[in-house]
Amino acid sequence: MFIVIACMITGIVVGYLLRHHKLRFIHKFILTLIWLLLFLLGYEVGANETVIRQFGTLGFEAFLLAFAGTLGSVIFAGLLWLTVRPKSMPK
Amino acid sequence: MKGSLIILSFFATGLLLGIFRFLPHDVLSPNVSFYVLCALMFSVGISIGNDPSSFHQFRTLNPRLIFLPLMTILGTWLGVFAVSFLLKNRTMADCLAVGSGFGYYSLSSILITQCKGIELGTIALLSNIMREVMTLLFAPWMVRYFGKLAPICAGGATTMDNYVPHYCPYFRKGICHCIYLPGVCYGLYRSFSGDILL
Repeated sequence: MFIVIACMITGIVVGYLLRHHKLRFIHKFILTLIWLLLFLLGYEVGANETVIRQFGTLGFEAFLLAFAGTLGSVIFAGLLWLTVRPKSMPK
Repeated sequence: MKGSLIILSFFATGLLLGIFRFLPHDVLSPNVSFYVLCALMFSVGISIGNDPSSFHQFRTLNPRLIFLPLMTILGTWLGVFAVSFLLKNRTMADCLAVGSGFGYYSLSSILITQCKGIELGTIALLSNIMREVMTLLFAPWMVRYFGKLAPICAGGATTMDNYVPHYCPYFRKGICHCIYLPGVCYGLYRSFSGDILL
């Protein structure tokens, strides 16, 4: 896992050193890698019979986590909005 | 939305090919995804380092909005923490890791699969996709009842790219900019949070 983070930090340094060259292709490259990785993840999930059998349960757990996470962050956003809104937000 | 559908279709294609065991077994080797993941993180790093404008944007914002990502993180964790008591077969750390994807399903599911196995990785993928869909569908409702910052917090990490065009009609010009703030913060944060929690 540290290798993965080291890769990212190296990337940040390289990107910063190359900041005068706009690397526009990098976003397309990232997207392609994400497509490839999700394809591989999908393949791994599909080939794993245990996961396929439990897909419904996993989906329900995922829904609970998504709902609670979204609700929590929305409520906290509302609290922040109450303190920020009066004078400081752009009209 | 179109981008999300394309990403999903890649997952679905992989899923079908996996179910029918269409590809040779070598493709499944975890090493392949690990190398691709390293390449991905390197590229994500480059895109962060190569764009100094994202750092400049911090200076033009209301200082109190620095709490925006903090509120998202706290709110998400609190919600997910509560649910972790309902899910008997998942530890609290598992749930927090899934929540810490903040809607960034592609990266978080991949990272979690690497660290915690494919089951939690699948939950992370589904859960964070659902979060994105919920945010897209209910953004107007959230603005009405919880204020204009609500969809930004709900959208989490994906607010930076996918959501900007979708959100802007809800905001006046100035606020659109602060969408980038949480986006950039999560960009840095999400990679580390998973690591600490897992």
